[in-house]
Amino acid sequence: MQKQRYERPVIKKLETNMPNKFGTKTEYTPKTHIDGVAVKELVKEYGSPLFVISEKTIRKTYREAKKAFSTRYPKVQFGWSYKTNYLSAVCNVFHQEGSWAEVVSGFEYQKALLNGVDGKKIIFNGPDKTVDDLEMAIENDSLIHIDHLDELYTIIELAGKMNKKPKVAIRVNMDTGIYPMWDRFGFNYENGQAWDALNKIVRSEKLELVGLHTHIGTFMLSANAYSVAAYKMADLALGIQKKYNHEIKYIDMGGGFSSKNTLKGAYLPGSDTNPTFDDFAEAITSALINSDFKPDQLPLLILETGRALIDDAGFLIGSVISNKRLADGKRTTILDIGVNLLFTSFWYDHKISPAQPFTQYTEDTVLYGPLCMNIDVIRENANLPLLNKGEQVVVHSVGAYNMTQWMQFITLRPNIVMIDEKGKHHLIREKESMESINHFEKVPEHLKKFEL
Amino acid sequence: MTKIKSNVAVSESGFVFNPITGESYSVNPVAAEIFNMLKENKSFDEIEKELLEKYQVDAETLEKDFNDFISMLKQYQIIDENNEKEV
Repeated sequence: MQKQRYERPVIKKLETNMPNKFGTKTEYTPKTHIDGVAVKELVKEYGSPLFVISEKTIRKTYREAKKAFSTRYPKVQFGWSYKTNYLSAVCNVFHQEGSWAEVVSGFEYQKALLNGVDGKKIIFNGPDKTVDDLEMAIENDSLIHIDHLDELYTIIELAGKMNKKPKVAIRVNMDTGIYPMWDRFGFNYENGQAWDALNKIVRSEKLELVGLHTHIGTFMLSANAYSVAAYKMADLALGIQKKYNHEIKYIDMGGGFSSKNTLKGAYLPGSDTNPTFDDFAEAITSALINSDFKPDQLPLLILETGRALIDDAGFLIGSVISNKRLADGKRTTILDIGVNLLFTSFWYDHKISPAQPFTQYTEDTVLYGPLCMNIDVIRENANLPLLNKGEQVVVHSVGAYNMTQWMQFITLRPNIVMIDEKGKHHLIREKESMESINHFEKVPEHLKKFEL
Repeated sequence: MTKIKSNVAVSESGFVFNPITGESYSVNPVAAEIFNMLKENKSFDEIEKELLEKYQVDAETLEKDFNDFISMLKQYQIIDENNEKEV
């Protein structure tokens, strides 16, 4: 006779008072497959933990965002935010869909070039562009978004030396009614810094002012802030037109759109409450269209949203190492995925599903990672079905930042797999090994031997 | 031997009521089975044997989970702390 599936015995006190901090049960279906591929099969082939990226979801999400903007505005261009996830396979899916590259360092810039992006279609943001980086960007006719005056002066100097007219924009920061106001990047709109920089650029006659750029914040929960920002950007562009008779070719509204993840402390799940692409598109395009631009002179609208385009396409598979109780009787589960891999668990309550069938019984659980560090907590409170040692869980919506901000700390970084639109899986980044880590280290001769 | 208080009962649907504290609990099917076997005064060895035959589980996991379950029963005062006398 076939033995029944085991579930560990559990007793739960029935309480009729206020809901506790663990909330109610949220998992109703196991995540046994990702894009038709069995989680167990992936673990068998690539090990655990394992990052899995769905190419289908990337393309679907991108097309949804593109549609939201292009049905409302005549000229729209997306630039893939490399820092959000610069795995070449991921970048190339976006490039195949038509995205330019948006980079914030010399390293990312070179990665975009190596991926085959035309230098003219690389947007170079960020406060740290070295002289070498700037020379490379000027040489390739890339769009350089100036962050501070020192950079502006360097570019003017390089333009003279290289006898080229660099294509530049300035990054503008502004009050859009949200807190915190991001004023550390670029030039301020309200206090006149932005105008000061624009005057310097135009009067230098050595640079070609092609655009204006802003990036108002991250994980924005209010679409209206973008409307305020777009009005201010339009005002600057129209002001330059009036003052210098110079046409601004594009307005880059940056990124910062929230994904469907749930921020810690949020009462309702992000999938129900966070603005949609349509909300953001409506706010931005209405403001631009309703401004004083003549209908045939609307500038190109560039968007650099990263998180909202890639989060849902990323999954992280992990396994249960042990179930344990704390001194006060609280149930804990130790997983083989920690904050070294899941950086975003510091600010999201990630949705986590068991990868195998379960019953309706649940337990309030703290989810810990494998690191020997007190901060290694994946979820402080989750009401989860009963998991046995060795079973798998799937963490949803981890595509943004985790595969770039992850740390080689205590454990090695795992494999990353992409499932293509036909359900075939491809290893797109190999797991680290002792050799790959030791490759970077050098031990001085006198430290090579010791006796204990 | 581990003894469950005689007036604590588990229903078929896994509902446990403790008339002394007035509190109620829910248990899953494996826990309900253990609960009933404990009421029948079965020893851990007997309980283990039955469960190993019935479920896909190894002896180590079962023992660990059993002890954890017993400690929760103690915490909820469903088992006598001194384990000797019935109330």
